[in-house]
Amino acid sequence: MGRTPTYDTVQVGDALPVLRLPPTDRTTLALFAGASGDHNPIHLDIDFARRAGLPDVFAQGMLGMAWLARLLTDWVPQSQLLEFRVRFLAVNHVGDAIACAASVIDKFEQNGRPCVRLEVRALDQEGECKIAGAALVALAPMQAEEA
Amino acid sequence: MIDTRWIGHELAPSVLPIERTRLRFFAKATGQTDPIYLERAAARAAGHADIPAPPTFLFAADYDSGAFYRLFSDMGVPLANLLHAEQGFTYHRLVYVGDTVTVRTRVADIYSKKGGALEFICLASRVTGPHDDQLVAELHTVLVWRH
Repeated sequence: MGRTPTYDTVQVGDALPVLRLPPTDRTTLALFAGASGDHNPIHLDIDFARRAGLPDVFAQGMLGMAWLARLLTDWVPQSQLLEFRVRFLAVNHVGDAIACAASVIDKFEQNGRPCVRLEVRALDQEGECKIAGAALVALAPMQAEEA
Repeated sequence: MIDTRWIGHELAPSVLPIERTRLRFFAKATGQTDPIYLERAAARAAGHADIPAPPTFLFAADYDSGAFYRLFSDMGVPLANLLHAEQGFTYHRLVYVGDTVTVRTRVADIYSKKGGALEFICLASRVTGPHDDQLVAELHTVLVWRH
C-alpha cells in the first residue's frame, strides 16, 4: 500500500487502483452469511431458490458493498470515510468475477475540512454494473514533511 | 400489499457486541487481507485501540438480534422475494473489539411502484455506543419486495 493520499495531490478524475475479486463461489456466500448475520436461504440453499422460481442462489448485496469498502479502506484509513452509499442494480450470480472501481468526481471543503467525493462501482466480467454509489472521504490538506 | 401503518414502527433495539472472532470471520468472508482488520498488534501500530469494525459490519446488528426477520415476518414479506435496493452509511466514529453498540431502527417509509409490483421498505437506523450519547453511524436501508 502506498502513502495515504492528500487533498493537494488528488485531482478530479483520478481513479483508485481496481480491486479484483475471484469468481464468486458458494463457499464465499456461506461464509458471508455467517459473518454478516444474513441467513436468508435465497443466498445459500439452491432448493429454496428453485422453489422461489430462481435458477440458483445469488450473492448477498452486502457482500459486494463490503468489497467496495475494502477498496476504500485500501486507499485511506477508515476514520477518513464519512459517508458511503450504494444502489444494488443487478444480482451478483455465482461465478461472476467482480471488479471494484472508484474515481474522484469532486473535491471541496466541507465545514473547513478538505473532502473528495468518489463514485464507486462494482462491475462483473462483462462490464455490467452490479452496484453503483458514492463515498465522501476526508483528506489531510497536504503530505506531512518527512522526519 | 404491506400495510402503510407500519411507517413509524420502531424495531426492538439490537445490541451488538464487537467481537474479535466475529471481525476476523467477517474479514475472511470478504477476502480482507489488510492486517489492521485481522491482528490487534497491526491495528494498534496504526493508531487504533484494537481491530476496528469495518465500514459495513454494523448492518449485522438487526440480523443477529432477529429484529429484521421478525419485521419481515410480521409484515408478511417472504424472504425469497426480498431484495436489497439501497444501503447508505453516515459515519461519526469508529468502534473497536470490546465495544458494544446499540442499533435503533425504524420504518421510515413504505411505497410501491409499477402498479404495486414492487413494494419498497425504507429503514432508518441510529447506531450508538459504547455509551448511549455517542453516535457511531446512521444507516439508510431500502429493501424491495418483488411480487
